[in-house]
Amino acid sequence: MKFSSEITITLRNGILDVQGKTVENALHSIEFPMLTNIKMGKFIRLDVEAPDKESAYSLISDACNKLIANPIIEDYKISIIENQGS
Amino acid sequence: MKFGVVMFPGSNCDHDAFYALSVNAGKDTTYLWHKDTVIPSGIDCIILPGGFSYGDYLRCGAIARFSPIMNEVIRFANSGGYVMGICNGFQVLTEAGLLPGTLLRNSSLSFVCKDIFLNVRNNNTAFTSLMQVGDVLRIPVAHGEGNYFADTETINILESENRVLFKYCAADGAINEESNPNGSVNNIAGIINEKRNVLGMMPHPERYSDKMMGCSDGIAIFNSLSKQFEII
Repeated sequence: MKFSSEITITLRNGILDVQGKTVENALHSIEFPMLTNIKMGKFIRLDVEAPDKESAYSLISDACNKLIANPIIEDYKISIIENQGS
Repeated sequence: MKFGVVMFPGSNCDHDAFYALSVNAGKDTTYLWHKDTVIPSGIDCIILPGGFSYGDYLRCGAIARFSPIMNEVIRFANSGGYVMGICNGFQVLTEAGLLPGTLLRNSSLSFVCKDIFLNVRNNNTAFTSLMQVGDVLRIPVAHGEGNYFADTETINILESENRVLFKYCAADGAINEESNPNGSVNNIAGIINEKRNVLGMMPHPERYSDKMMGCSDGIAIFNSLSKQFEII
């Protein structure tokens, strides 16, 4: 079966997000001081061929640990968003 | 002694490294291609040069780490061969798990390209044997992601085992926040692995290895390595 997936990668808590901080400072310097706690991350969409949803999740999770994310500094969230059938 | 310089797509300090090793250090040097699956016999030290391997896509060094040559580099390092990663090469070594920690975006968010000073913290290694602890080297940096980060436990291990070889410092050797160009934890500029045969550093010693450049402090690292093999 073919599944589609979306992966969101963010810096782990405690890792200074310099990009987020800079964007936040810029927003505060214009008319958006009420926007706070800005975190920057990465978004990846992919398709995967797998026998079932659990296997699809497990494959993507392996890929995240090995290459897509750096577990030392990044967390990832995987959502399997639709089953496109086979 | 023979050096091998790896060329990844996007490496741009490979020729400088080759020149420093072959002309300035006067050692037999050869290029290694990223698709190679064999390291020629007789190579004693592999250099992973600076640059932007694979366009720095995903994360710096993350794609290069899976180049065919890297399986061999990992095997080479695990069997005791010397490996040195400079700048992007350091990033590749952390991604490959040959060195702990990782390199984050510079705390300033800016690309830094300037001369910095390094305080030598340990001269009891093959990479620093011709130096004294406390020596100050002037070496250039050129990077956007050189902010060394590791968890507190890892940093404590690196410090207590004397595995931090170089720290950013002022011209007089003072290690302080002002002399830290990228926000690295404890001003860390270069570290070695537990077996002490793998060095990663953000500054570029190959760029200051020729007197013509006005400073040749960087050659001390390559000469230290060479001396190691003269003794053997």
